[in-house]
Amino acid sequence: MNFETTIGLEVHVELKTHSKIYSPTPVEFGDEPNANTNVIDWAYPGTLPTLNKGVVRDGIMAGLALHAQISKHMHFDRKNYFYPDNPKAYQVTQSETPIAHDGWIEIEVNGKKKKIGIKEMHIEEDAGKNTHTSNYSYVDLNRQGTPLIEIVSKPDIASPEEAVAYLEALRQRIQFTGISDVKMEEGSMRVDTNISIRPIGSDKYGTKTEMKNINSFNFVKKALNFEQQRHEKVIMAGGTIAQETRRFDEATGETISMRTKEGSDDYRYFPEPDIPPLEVSDEWIQEIEDAMPEMPGERRARYTNDLGLSEYDAMVLTQTKEMSDFFEATIALGADPKKAANYLMNDVNSYLNDKQVDLQDTKLTPANLAGMIKLIDDGTISSKMAKKVFKGILDGQEPAAYAEKNGLVQLSDPAKLQPIVDEVLANNQQSIEDYKNGKDRAVGFLVGQIMKQTRGKANPGVVNKLLMKALNEK
Amino acid sequence: MKFNETDLTQLHEDLQTKKISAKELTKAAFDRIKETDDDVKAFITLNEDEALKRAEAIDNEGIAADKLLAGVPLAVKDNIVTKGLKTTAASKMLENFTPIYDATVIEKLNAQDFINVGKTNLDEFAMGGSTENSAFFTTHNPWDLTRVPGGSSGGSAAAVAAGDVIGALGTDTGGSIRMPSSYNNVVGLKPTYGRVSRWGAIAFGSSFDQIGWITNSVKNNALLTEIISGQDDHDMTSSDRQVPNWAASLNENTNVKGLRIAVPKEYLDEGIQPGVRAVINNALKHFEELGAIIDTDVSMPHTKYGVPAYYILASSEASSNLQRYDGIRYGFRAPDAKTLEEVYVKSRTQGFGDEVKRRIMLGTFSLSAGFYDAYFNKAAKIRTLIAQDFANVLKDHDLIMGPTGANPAFEIGSEIADPKTMYMNDILTVPVNMAGLPAMSLPAGFDNGLPVGLHIIGKAFDEQTIYNAGYVFEQTTDFHKQMPKLGGQD
Repeated sequence: MNFETTIGLEVHVELKTHSKIYSPTPVEFGDEPNANTNVIDWAYPGTLPTLNKGVVRDGIMAGLALHAQISKHMHFDRKNYFYPDNPKAYQVTQSETPIAHDGWIEIEVNGKKKKIGIKEMHIEEDAGKNTHTSNYSYVDLNRQGTPLIEIVSKPDIASPEEAVAYLEALRQRIQFTGISDVKMEEGSMRVDTNISIRPIGSDKYGTKTEMKNINSFNFVKKALNFEQQRHEKVIMAGGTIAQETRRFDEATGETISMRTKEGSDDYRYFPEPDIPPLEVSDEWIQEIEDAMPEMPGERRARYTNDLGLSEYDAMVLTQTKEMSDFFEATIALGADPKKAANYLMNDVNSYLNDKQVDLQDTKLTPANLAGMIKLIDDGTISSKMAKKVFKGILDGQEPAAYAEKNGLVQLSDPAKLQPIVDEVLANNQQSIEDYKNGKDRAVGFLVGQIMKQTRGKANPGVVNKLLMKALNEK
Repeated sequence: MKFNETDLTQLHEDLQTKKISAKELTKAAFDRIKETDDDVKAFITLNEDEALKRAEAIDNEGIAADKLLAGVPLAVKDNIVTKGLKTTAASKMLENFTPIYDATVIEKLNAQDFINVGKTNLDEFAMGGSTENSAFFTTHNPWDLTRVPGGSSGGSAAAVAAGDVIGALGTDTGGSIRMPSSYNNVVGLKPTYGRVSRWGAIAFGSSFDQIGWITNSVKNNALLTEIISGQDDHDMTSSDRQVPNWAASLNENTNVKGLRIAVPKEYLDEGIQPGVRAVINNALKHFEELGAIIDTDVSMPHTKYGVPAYYILASSEASSNLQRYDGIRYGFRAPDAKTLEEVYVKSRTQGFGDEVKRRIMLGTFSLSAGFYDAYFNKAAKIRTLIAQDFANVLKDHDLIMGPTGANPAFEIGSEIADPKTMYMNDILTVPVNMAGLPAMSLPAGFDNGLPVGLHIIGKAFDEQTIYNAGYVFEQTTDFHKQMPKLGGQD
């Protein structure tokens, strides 16, 4: 029997607003437990939420970035459940009126393009954090009320590879809006998955299993692959899949049953009475659209059409917003786009891979990269010297000063090179003869001699010009 | 000194001219409380030391002309949070809870240098109509100590009726300001939903709750309500409508000539006790004599659905609002709880009283999967119909009138075992909260010696017309001047 797979993804993205979604306390990480909390975050008696408009704006921007319809009228709903990290014992979220719905993003797997639908997006609050020791459990509410966008896919994803491609495309687009860091490792992007399989042609979905909070794309792929095969084995053996939540064990690469879901949890959703319904005007949506940063696709088109880069180069450069922004800043300072692209794609990328760091964690700046490219272009340094200067700028050094200090400056002044050319010619009469007899190899030899004299600092272009002129005059 | 007839403007003048000091006045209030409160039990917490200190400080600073409330003793219902002063909501759950912030209304009163004499009794979390649901004790009606003061703001109404203070803050979710006002022969106004910030009012039914005053006169009520009204950044449901100086137009020229008063037939039907009906009919006749136009050919057909719909919606909101009392961060935690589950279940089982539990169950059920449409959703639709009933009538009438309650104060213990009867008492008050409208209960007469309140309902944000009518009625009758015979008779 052949099966087809259906995968649904729920992605939570943490927004980078200054303050929380329903209280004025700052969104900051790494502070003392409960430092960034107030009476609202503790659900103190008598407190009320006030909606952070910046969150609505960011939510609309995310919706636009994912080609979704923005809801003009929306309200918030309460999702009720008890847990110590949830002080009100309800989460203020959106159930009936998502901020955006019916969007899509395009993915590419094995050269095939496909649109994955986005069912809906909600803005909501994050919970706090519980930690447990042998005697006590602790509650830290710093994260309580951090704004989130929940993005729910349509059941269009047909393989673990497509799932990862979707996540990559989603992360890329959200990252380009600038509303979130979207980093899995820091929890600013979190993924819940569900998967089911059914015989090809069946019109009913199979029973799905869920996995929550898988913390890397790689693990998402592994977990889904494992589940896909497990479902197949169970069904082929005549068994049935239990609707349940499973956990991915990173050590074994397997999934383990956590609890069986009997029916669904009853969250007793109802409209949040403390936040009046919200009207979103066309003008506001337009304003946000106008303020929206360029998306990766638009950038790629500009890179190939206007800057003459290849499709591949444009794709690599727009992989992350950081890289693309860095590239933009470098060429804005006058650097040649192709050279800038090459440095970023090769030298910089291999450095980042090598050190396992992000571009923003290095001391490299667009000004210094552009400066180095300029030094190459105007002949101040050779491309060989550039390899050394590059090490300097990775360390935050200003390229011209660094080259100067380390004797990495080319000798390009004809007035200074001429005597050396003359001297080398005077000492190599045989080579002049050889040249006159049509032996071009002699030129290479003479250049080599001049380079030797200057300990490699002579500008080969200038040397060539001076040498040819002198030879032809002989 | 009794405050039953004290005029706020006059008192302010006396304080300014030093006829009386804030300290003397505050002392007088506590003297009166001591005379009456053993019998009435209006207060959960008295703030005597702090109040006298504050009064002395105010005397030293001098009474500012623009601070009408400087040095004036007032009381606060104990479900409105007061910084540094215990706020219990009459629940074991918050028995030892001392808030670290002030409600917006308290901040506004503090800015006026008012004197907070203490926190008044109520039904636990404002759920009830008699104060019998207080976890601590029942307040007694000053007019007949064997009877309830009404609820849930029973302590506030009884304190004003007993002459302890000029005014006391209440909250009104389904009649909790107006019903006790009616039972105690005092003036209570529930402002339009959104008029007064709810920040710091311990939530019961968030889309119904509204803070307001119970006072000894209409004009005092207008003056006090103006001070606590207005948009507040802490409460998104508060309105940015301009707050009028209502009291400014309450004078000898105020009249009700041509005022169109609707009296829906459902408001005086057979469910209303004859004695109450007689009082209200007399009041209406009085308005007619003063030149108002009484229209009895009016119907509010959805009135009878108000109580069931209200108890579903308000209880649903309450079931969610009260989940925060989980024994984790503040308030009561069951001492014998060992696990997380036990902290939740035992703390809430031991910390909440029967009526609160009943409403939590009712609300939880109404919101549950499979029942939401039949209960919560249907009740929400009824709410819309009731609001339409009001809109239809108020389209061509200025006010709606009827009795506040179907009966005067009942005897303590007589209804507590019968929640349905108790709930039905609210039949005339809850529709107003469903529609978010302003309404007042005004002393209108007596039935066998027990006070009966006239219910005056106005258009949204038109408290002025209610105050005008109430003021004219008050000036031309002497019901409000009658006082209960109580402690230290004079």
